[in-house]
Amino acid sequence: MKNEETHITSYSSHAIVLIILLILTTISVSVTGWHFGPFSVLVALIIASIKVRTVITHFMHMKFENLFMKLMITGVFTLFALVIIITFIDYYFR
Amino acid sequence: MVTPEAYNEHYENETGKLGMWIFLFTELFLFGGLFLVYAVFRTKYSADFHIAARELNAFIGTMNTVFLLVSSMTVAMSITAIQKNQKKLAMFLVLVTLLLAALFMMNKYFEWAHKFEFKLYPGSQVLKNLPQGELLFFGLYFMMTGLHALHVLIGMILLSINFIKIKTGKVNQVHYLLLENSGLYWHLVDLIWIFLFPLLYLIT
Repeated sequence: MKNEETHITSYSSHAIVLIILLILTTISVSVTGWHFGPFSVLVALIIASIKVRTVITHFMHMKFENLFMKLMITGVFTLFALVIIITFIDYYFR
Repeated sequence: MVTPEAYNEHYENETGKLGMWIFLFTELFLFGGLFLVYAVFRTKYSADFHIAARELNAFIGTMNTVFLLVSSMTVAMSITAIQKNQKKLAMFLVLVTLLLAALFMMNKYFEWAHKFEFKLYPGSQVLKNLPQGELLFFGLYFMMTGLHALHVLIGMILLSINFIKIKTGKVNQVHYLLLENSGLYWHLVDLIWIFLFPLLYLIT
């Protein structure tokens, strides 16, 4: 039988994650000033996705969950992205 | 050797968390529908969306992003504190999270109040006279930020309950599933804002 020890994340690693998130926010705010045209939407969404991934992995402790939870969370978020992307593409190229 | 009690405790926690994640997935798709409507209308009325989005204050939006990101860290830290049996620190961190949430709501209040001053609210005559695309932008803006703000309020209630339960010792080093699940909920509120912020405030 398995009874994994609960992982305790240190305060400092939480602080580091926050710094990374704040840097990414600064990048996404400054990128909008550069006027990439239609690409600015894409760039903003890519940065947002990286931020979301960081929050899920570290703050939401996905990194320390068992394989089943990891697969489920990754699977559902992938499905979510696919539903949005495929529906949008369908609309865009109709 | 693991006692049956410890075994049950462990699996209760696992299933409790699993249930919370499944609930969060449904929340994700609730907002997902709105994101999709936004994406489609933005493509259809890109010029109108461009003009309407200028009305939003990117500075307030950025400030609110920072509040939510920091609050996400403090709530994550409060779980660390309760795991290490640092009760006072855990209570303090939950309180800081609540304070940051209150600051977020205050900003939201000023932001909306400013719009209302210019008679920009759902159903107003000014809004009805705007071009179709701008009307849609503000409709989506009020709906998405409103629904998100409702989640912030629910999160604040959950965190307040946690604060009291940590104080009375009902949430402690051994039993902290409530704090963990409330934390997960709070992070979801943050996740949704991470997407709302660039979509509404930055892409003009």
